[in-house]
Amino acid sequence: MTSVAATAAQDLRQPFLSLAGIRKAYPGVVALSDFSMTVSPGEVIGLVGENGAGKSTLMKILGGVAAPDAGTITIDGVERSSLSVAESMKAGIAFVHQELNLFDNLDVAANIFIGREPRRGGFLNLVDNDRMHAMAAPLLQRLGAGFGPSTPLADLSLAQRQMVEIAKALSMNARLVILDEPTSSLPISETERLLETIEALRGEGIAVIFISHRLHEIQRAVGRVVVLRDGVLVGNLDRGEITHDRMVKLMIGRDLKAQIGTHEAKAGAVVLAAKGIRTEAYPHHELDISLRSGEILGLAGLVGAGRTELARVLFGIDAPLAGSITLNGAAVRLLSATQAIQRGVFLVPEDRKVAGVLLDLPIAENITLPNLGAHATGLLVSRRKEVVTAERERQRLSIRAPSVMTRTGSLSGGNQQKVVLAKWLAMSPKVMIFDEPTRGIDIGAKSEIYRLMRGLADNGVAVLMISSDMEEVIGVSDRIAVMHEGLISGTLDKKDFSQENILLLAVGRSIDPEATPMQGRME
Amino acid sequence: MTKKDLGLLILILVVGAVVAAINPRFLLPINLANTANLIGMFGISALGQAFVIMTGGIELSVGSVIALTGVLFVDLVANQNVPWPIALAIVLAMGVVIGLVHGLLITKLRLPPFVVTLCGLLIYRGLARFYTKDSTAGFGFGQKFPELEFITAGRSFGVPNSFIALIIIAVIMWVVLHRSIFGRHLYAVGKNEEAARYSGIRTGVVIIAAYVICQVLTVVSAIYFAMYTRSIAPSAHGNFYELYAIAAAVLGGFSLRGGEGSIIGALLGVVLLQELQNLVNLLGIPSSLNFAVMGTVILIGVIADQQLVRFRERRTNDRRQVAALPTAAGE
Repeated sequence: MTSVAATAAQDLRQPFLSLAGIRKAYPGVVALSDFSMTVSPGEVIGLVGENGAGKSTLMKILGGVAAPDAGTITIDGVERSSLSVAESMKAGIAFVHQELNLFDNLDVAANIFIGREPRRGGFLNLVDNDRMHAMAAPLLQRLGAGFGPSTPLADLSLAQRQMVEIAKALSMNARLVILDEPTSSLPISETERLLETIEALRGEGIAVIFISHRLHEIQRAVGRVVVLRDGVLVGNLDRGEITHDRMVKLMIGRDLKAQIGTHEAKAGAVVLAAKGIRTEAYPHHELDISLRSGEILGLAGLVGAGRTELARVLFGIDAPLAGSITLNGAAVRLLSATQAIQRGVFLVPEDRKVAGVLLDLPIAENITLPNLGAHATGLLVSRRKEVVTAERERQRLSIRAPSVMTRTGSLSGGNQQKVVLAKWLAMSPKVMIFDEPTRGIDIGAKSEIYRLMRGLADNGVAVLMISSDMEEVIGVSDRIAVMHEGLISGTLDKKDFSQENILLLAVGRSIDPEATPMQGRME
Repeated sequence: MTKKDLGLLILILVVGAVVAAINPRFLLPINLANTANLIGMFGISALGQAFVIMTGGIELSVGSVIALTGVLFVDLVANQNVPWPIALAIVLAMGVVIGLVHGLLITKLRLPPFVVTLCGLLIYRGLARFYTKDSTAGFGFGQKFPELEFITAGRSFGVPNSFIALIIIAVIMWVVLHRSIFGRHLYAVGKNEEAARYSGIRTGVVIIAAYVICQVLTVVSAIYFAMYTRSIAPSAHGNFYELYAIAAAVLGGFSLRGGEGSIIGALLGVVLLQELQNLVNLLGIPSSLNFAVMGTVILIGVIADQQLVRFRERRTNDRRQVAALPTAAGE
């Protein structure tokens, strides 16, 4: 792994931006209090904290969207009590949000200069395409992008798209680029590329604020970490002081290891076995996988390895191109999610908002949706029975909401995910498949979800957890299967768990050159 | 009853009061009964449309189906001497088949509902004209079917039976949509088909059922329309009726994206539309302006509704901001 970390040598250049004594309150909550920080040219600062710690409020203040109640913002020696959006842009503060504001149907140059296209043709007001492409090329070069200005955006990977956003920031003479959760949906190889881009920015003297839940990336990329908890600055770690445990302890005010817990699994019989499965993603590759009662099987691999496709097949959403599935020894055909659910095979899908919950429905209606028959008198839904079940699950999972009739969309990500879980826990699962169960969820809620997963396994449920988060896979699983291009490239027992081993298998190499390569069957 | 329904009801009452004040004939029993009859007939087809719109789809073939099943029913009863209950069963079965075909095309072949039902609109209209050789289908002089005529065009205690039929159907459909498991599944599919599927709902079955319900209710309304007009010109009968149904549903708070709306809302939408029709007649507005009046009122209604929602949002936001920044000086 190439280290792209900022050099330890501290930059002695003067800070051009400083915040002092910033306070911002919303009804019922102080989002930021007495917050101070400085940003110097070429500095890469990590900003970490749980959801609700005040990161977004800070971003809003820097972006000129929210005005602080107290404190000062000093840019280039000019002191202000708040920023406007225009002032923020003029000061060279640029944001790259988690959800990119790009246009699939345009090329790279057009995306960079959208709304600011160079013109020609006088009153005809035509776009000067040649000039636009000529202007875009050097920006891309500065970032070391491997693509040109006329590449269609649709052809780019997510990390490359983020590069386009960053190029856009450069085109506006950014001095500070704020990356909000840029790696949360990036596969490992892409993450490397983004970290290299950050390094390129640093080299140009552009400051970067890097917000992420992925602490090992923070650890590698930044020269300084600012930790927020409940609106208060709880830590300011310099390069030498940054360790994973320290950041976590500061973020949550307690130890996470104790929360996941170390556990000796007592794996039982095979509950679900899939043989010779071929999916649309890799039609020529077959894989076998078996899930055992009482065990959490982690499924690691690069994004695009076919893990989600496998989950969809096991849950009956997609029909496999070939292969057979046995459940408790009996062959089954899962032709729809309905059939999978009837047999106790449940999926917590990757995209919560698209497939996990109905945001507009109350919590109770989401929980009972797959099992309305049990909450009905005849063909009519019984509100009373629904509320009883929902209330029970709300307490069991400690879903934080005013009532079970609260609109699910108004909950935090972690609590929405708990609603998805509650839906299945209410129905006695035999097999639970989790696809990226903690993506975009803060650390507190994460550990609760890990506990629930462990609880399920302890009750004899076979658990499959798909995750791209290395720490999670290593910390939570009893056994890890790694996928590569539609194949299981290897399975690791607890003693062999390591990031290196997983990465090697994920890129399709075997971990021990002498042993027979642990390739899946190939046609 | 939601706030929106209540607003619609008040609008209906206010418009009614104004019309009554200008032209007292509005409140004459004969006028009210006529309007109730129209509400009954259009209402039945609008309820069907509502189920389809709930899935996020649309059913454009309603008017043509009304024409096709209308001429068929009249021909079977008046010319082929088929007992009317059997004729009724035949056309209802046709409705089921049409709904099934539309639903299957939309769910299995994944064709857009707009396209499928637009083709239906053209096909059934063509078939209706071909079947009658473009001549008017009607009952012969002196032909009498007392029970059928009572059920469709008769009155009970002065109330048109078509209106009573609408009420009965509305109650059933209210239970189906708002209380049954199927209704909940329908809402879920309309709101987010993907999430519904991941929750184990047979989304295809739900959508097909909505199209079948729509066509069955359409056929029921077609019988009422046929017995009301008693003679059917296949090229004009039922023209635009799908749009009345869609307009009523939209007025009644249905979202064309699906997943939103209520039976009461759809009913109120129908009532308002018919009230407007009646208003055009009673206030001496040239009947050629009929559509223009309807279009204008729907447009104003939708704009007002949107503005009201925005106003409310702004007000709550303002309140929040005031609470948040009690001492904030001007920026």
